[in-house]
Amino acid sequence: MANIAATAAPSTDTAATLPTRLAKGFVDRLVIIVPYLWLLFFFLVPFIIVFKISLSQTAIAMPPYTPVLDFTDGISGFFTGFRELNFDNYTWLTQDALYFNAYVTSLIIAGISTILTLIVGYPIAYGMARAPATIRPTLLMLVILPFWTSFLIRVYAWIGILKPEGLLNQLLMSLHVISQPLVILNTYTAIFIGIVYSYLPFMVLPLYSSLEKMDYSLVEAAQDLGCPQTSAFWKITFPLSLPGVVAGCLLVFIPAVGEFVIPDLLGGSQTLMIGKTLWNEFFSNRDWPVSSAVAVILLLVLTIPIMFFQQAQARAQEQGK
Amino acid sequence: MKSLGSIRRDFAPWNDPNAKPYIQFDKVTKKFGEFTAVNNLSLTIFEREFFALLGASGCGKSTLLRMLAGFEEPSAGRILLDGQDLRGIPPYKRPVNMMFQSYALFPHMTVEKNIAFGLKQEGMPGADIARRVAEMLKLVKLEQFAKRKPHQLSGGQRQRVALARSVAKRPKVLLLDEPLGALDKKLREETQFELMDLQQELGLTFVVVTHDQEEAMTMADRIAIMDKGEVMQVATPAEVYEAPTSRFVAHFVGNVNLFEGKVAERSASTTRITGMTGAQIVVDNGGDAANGAEIVFAIRPEKIKVSSKKPADAVNALEGEVYDVAYLGDMTVYHIRLDDGQMVRASALNASRVTEDPLTWNDRAWVSFRPDAGVVLTR
Repeated sequence: MANIAATAAPSTDTAATLPTRLAKGFVDRLVIIVPYLWLLFFFLVPFIIVFKISLSQTAIAMPPYTPVLDFTDGISGFFTGFRELNFDNYTWLTQDALYFNAYVTSLIIAGISTILTLIVGYPIAYGMARAPATIRPTLLMLVILPFWTSFLIRVYAWIGILKPEGLLNQLLMSLHVISQPLVILNTYTAIFIGIVYSYLPFMVLPLYSSLEKMDYSLVEAAQDLGCPQTSAFWKITFPLSLPGVVAGCLLVFIPAVGEFVIPDLLGGSQTLMIGKTLWNEFFSNRDWPVSSAVAVILLLVLTIPIMFFQQAQARAQEQGK
Repeated sequence: MKSLGSIRRDFAPWNDPNAKPYIQFDKVTKKFGEFTAVNNLSLTIFEREFFALLGASGCGKSTLLRMLAGFEEPSAGRILLDGQDLRGIPPYKRPVNMMFQSYALFPHMTVEKNIAFGLKQEGMPGADIARRVAEMLKLVKLEQFAKRKPHQLSGGQRQRVALARSVAKRPKVLLLDEPLGALDKKLREETQFELMDLQQELGLTFVVVTHDQEEAMTMADRIAIMDKGEVMQVATPAEVYEAPTSRFVAHFVGNVNLFEGKVAERSASTTRITGMTGAQIVVDNGGDAANGAEIVFAIRPEKIKVSSKKPADAVNALEGEVYDVAYLGDMTVYHIRLDDGQMVRASALNASRVTEDPLTWNDRAWVSFRPDAGVVLTR
């Protein structure tokens, strides 16, 4: 009796709910459409605008570039303007070594900072993942807690810590570790400290989630088969946490390349990073077309390697990991 | 020669007073904070024995295994392996290997690399490793899966890889933590026999932890039945089933009828028991029960005969009514309510297709059994 009821139920269900299913199909599609619309309006359209500006020339006008593509002169006017667009700004970027150096310096600084963040973040994530399950939410909370204060204020606080008469130097001098104040502020060291501090949660969280998922009996199995604990870490734990390592590194590296606030506040005037160059072009030189070209190149520098990386990863996954 | 159960066991070092114990738990206690997982436990396992630790979850059987593997240190007492005290020896230096309940196969390594892992740690030369791995793959019939990753295998295949990996190093002792727990029933039954054959072939000592009594009964030479961190009985499967030493063991393994009663008369050959409700039972093995002692008489359902008339020659025959009958194909299970109110479970093997004298619900019926059919338990 129960069986008959169970088999009969779905058929009546489908008959009665055809309109409901259509509606559900629409809702399903809507769920996908919304984020795509978001990306279209807030990423693709602004990108096209920036790209168009990068192909224009600077002008003393409002807006400060020419041509301005609109239909005040009709459709023919629009096309005349269109023909004036060219790649001169990109050629300019290759001619001045300043831009190339800024890109390379930014990539190097971001690379070193990412490695430092990984070195600091991995033990934290590992400790959290191995902590008793009851205190893990608290530890997670502590990692996220700094986000509750403004990023800008936290970077300013580092000025107070790192400056010659700052907290760190006062502490070290009162402990007689040093006799002369250390010069940290306005050096690359300060930038590294700032980036590692600011981006640490972005490294810790993906690492934690991949380490927490890992079955600890794998490490026990490795030990059981004759592998001492440190060697078991490198042979089992670390390789299995690689997805977390990659995710964390990308989350730190990408924003660090274009970072502006930290090099500006902690790195002083002589540090050369692309984010600062961009800012100068835009606000000091008021050269919107060149700064747009700088931004477009930066985007390409970041997205193209990631696309290749993702393709390689997808291929590896198809071959069975 | 008469013996308990239906199997003659020629391998029985535990009956030989000169046999050298291989693994010894000597008054071992393990505490986790306030909780005592293993309580002052002593146990001896012999070389080449297939030994099973049987108990409900939380009885301390896994803790015992983990102490042997080296993942936990005893809070008190010592564990000896082949005469050597294992205290302080880390897991990676112990000559024992473990097959984990979750199999714990390394997901980023192929089947081959998983099996080779322990051998590489040993520093075995490459050619020898390749030979040993091929040998292991053949043993578990997985030759064509050598290059696969664990997630591309079925549950049964993973179990075999785990097994191959844990025996690849030729450990002195193989520890198996619920080795068949994740397999479905049919595969589990097949694998039980394969494990027994493998143990014979390799000549290893196996210690298996399980909560499945059928698994333990099928595979093990001896079973230790555990409860609350203590060993209740260590014996062969037949002894555990036919001669349990306590109510707990009788109840834990298989089905059992328990009659509460008192020893009314005790002589060398027979013991007469008066049930709490007045029924008289005569048995020829009274165990250590003294005259007048309060005891429990335990008898297995298949040792009880059910009939519609009182059997003429029966020493023990009690009358009642059929309360429930269940026909299971290979056997029929009866629940008889005796006239004193006691419920009795009896099962009859359906050795023939036709039954002369069928019973149904509410029929009057007699249950009868031989004087040697049950055991008297004092605890």
